[in-house]
Amino acid sequence: MDKLLLIIKREFIAKVRNKTFIIMTFLSPLLMIGMIALVAFLTKSSLEQKRTITYVDASQLFSSEDFKEDKTIKFVNLSDVDLETAKSITEESNHYGLLHIPYDNDVDELSKKIQFFSEDSPNMIMIADIENVISLKLQTIKRQHLGIDIEKLNSSKVNVDMQLSNFSGERTSKLINGLKIAFGIGTGYLLMMFIVIYGAMVMRSVIEEKTSRIIEIIISSVKPFYLMLGKVIGTASAGLLQFFIWSIVLSVLMLIASVFFGVDMSSNISNIEMSSEQMDVVKNSMQGEMQLLISEFWKLPLFTMFFMFLFYFLGGYLLYSSIYAAIGAAVDNETDTQQFMLPVILPLMLGVYVGFSSVIGDPHGVVATVFSMIPFTSPIVMLMRIPFGVPWWQIAISMTLLIVTFVGVIWFAAKIYRVGILMYGKKPSYKELYKWLKY
Amino acid sequence: MNNLLVAENIFKNYGDFTALNDISISVPKGSIFGLLGPNGAGKTTLIRIINQIALPDSGTIYLDGKPLALEDVKYIGYLPEERGLYKSMKVGEQALYLAQLKGMSKQDAKKQLKYWFDKFDISDWWNKKVQELSKGMAQKVQFIITVMHKPKLLIFDEPFSGFDPINANLIKDEILQLRDEGSTVIFSTHRMESVEELCEHIALIDKSNKILDGNLNDIKRAFKSNTYEIALHTSDNLLIEKEIAEKFDVLPTNRKALDSELMLKVKIKVGENSNDLLQYLSSKGTISHFTEVIPNANDIFIQAVNKNTKNG
Repeated sequence: MDKLLLIIKREFIAKVRNKTFIIMTFLSPLLMIGMIALVAFLTKSSLEQKRTITYVDASQLFSSEDFKEDKTIKFVNLSDVDLETAKSITEESNHYGLLHIPYDNDVDELSKKIQFFSEDSPNMIMIADIENVISLKLQTIKRQHLGIDIEKLNSSKVNVDMQLSNFSGERTSKLINGLKIAFGIGTGYLLMMFIVIYGAMVMRSVIEEKTSRIIEIIISSVKPFYLMLGKVIGTASAGLLQFFIWSIVLSVLMLIASVFFGVDMSSNISNIEMSSEQMDVVKNSMQGEMQLLISEFWKLPLFTMFFMFLFYFLGGYLLYSSIYAAIGAAVDNETDTQQFMLPVILPLMLGVYVGFSSVIGDPHGVVATVFSMIPFTSPIVMLMRIPFGVPWWQIAISMTLLIVTFVGVIWFAAKIYRVGILMYGKKPSYKELYKWLKY
Repeated sequence: MNNLLVAENIFKNYGDFTALNDISISVPKGSIFGLLGPNGAGKTTLIRIINQIALPDSGTIYLDGKPLALEDVKYIGYLPEERGLYKSMKVGEQALYLAQLKGMSKQDAKKQLKYWFDKFDISDWWNKKVQELSKGMAQKVQFIITVMHKPKLLIFDEPFSGFDPINANLIKDEILQLRDEGSTVIFSTHRMESVEELCEHIALIDKSNKILDGNLNDIKRAFKSNTYEIALHTSDNLLIEKEIAEKFDVLPTNRKALDSELMLKVKIKVGENSNDLLQYLSSKGTISHFTEVIPNANDIFIQAVNKNTKNG
């Protein structure tokens, strides 16, 4: 036990003192913030770029009321000239494009003849916006032709906002589902990142011991299993410290950024133009939702979620990192690890994809349920399902399977590790690894 | 006899390959024991079993009369053939870590390390990283790491490979001194000249089998063939050689004569006495050289391995 602690301590210190580790610890949050800022800046500048679009309206159905200037588009009416002239004007003055609405008595016919000319293939979002404007106008005209009373039509509209309740009659919030999904995606993704980053670190550290030839000196003092375990735990401790520092630095930087640049989530909401009446309705319903959300948040199985997070996080990490350690032991250098990486990465990716696609859509569907049982995907998939409430027997099966597999995999990895660390100069095949199990 | 280490009927298979086939050795307390054999004979496997790095399929190892247990690692110091250190770790820290893994307390380890670092005059390396050391320097550190916890049993696997002659000599003297202070040493090598200098007992392993073991002098006695190397000043070398060849078996010698004397290797028959040969020779000329040919470790090694290859 003392020796295990010694090994954990050495592995932790060796990782933490490493220059790359120190640099990455403090540089990564800066890079991340930088990337976010860059994306935000680019999106903003592309939004702010105003495009001028000319139009020739031969139908004379549209007015400048329909083609209102907004933040991204400015319309110029060229209906006075013919189409060819309009085209050359548009091209010469470097406008974004030309909208041509020909003359036709029949609205249905007209709707098929409208054209848009542009130098490059146009921005699809903008095209959709223009199409929307035109189709709204044509709908109104068609309704008038058909004699439908617009007033009546508008007042006949009904908006449905279902109140979600559980069977005991308590109201549930729709937003809480978003929160659950956020928890699922957040933890699942975190676990995958942790496994990929620190599992590979364990592997590299095993390879280092092999290539520096210190391994035999160490395992003449301690059992290889303890060395492997100490390595896995020591690396995880360094990883947790790094994650902890990242989260602190990130939140501090976020705070600084929001103070300096006024990046504010609420600004997006105020951008949407709404009448004050609508605003009030939205505000009221939002306040209600928020209260509901908070009260429901506390009703979430928070303790279970926390416990499950710990269990699956540790279980998943230990499972995968011991495989990484075995791979490191089996090879002489990092380039030889490629052939063994696929079986590790595959279930990991599968877990994330299944989590993203099926858990979010249908957390208790067959696919999600099955993959939350299979030990190699269960840490990620089950973590994503937990907030939606999973029957206890499913959790029990999933946990039992994970523990059993974990013991089996550790045994298997320790065997490969024990034999592999003393094998030099061979690039082992799967067949050879199987043989090692019997040594 | 008082043995520190006894290996009894050790078998070890790796898949279909037999690495050790019924190996038994006894290492007397306070001696230097040579574990010899060609490359791939199974020496390292046996050493790894003694170090509990590998487990035997069957057979038992006894240390000081008791079956080897996990805690016994602190009584054993091992310098493997494949050896190295953490490259980016400082020398002192690393030595302390490895000493603690052997079960020493931090204070003890510091004291012992100071003693050895002073002895080898390398105290100023304490805060250097291993990657800054030369190969010879790193090997001195490795030697210290092997012996710092004052083990009862020291195991050196090819200790001199990679050492320059000066360092090799330094290490050899240290090994002898440790023996004199009571340590028992197992010494694995295929360099026979160092065996001759150091070992009192040997075991020879070839193709997973032990083909020879015992006291080195006893083995030499068993391997000698009653052959004598002689040098004789005669009036007529050719004539005298012919006369001797009629009475005894004469073998060619590749030793060069100092002057123009006759040099021969002469084998006497069983039951004959070396005095008979001496008397006969003295009647033929003036004897300037007369020694019994004692096989050296190298001869024994080659003979035994060749014989085993023929039989096998």
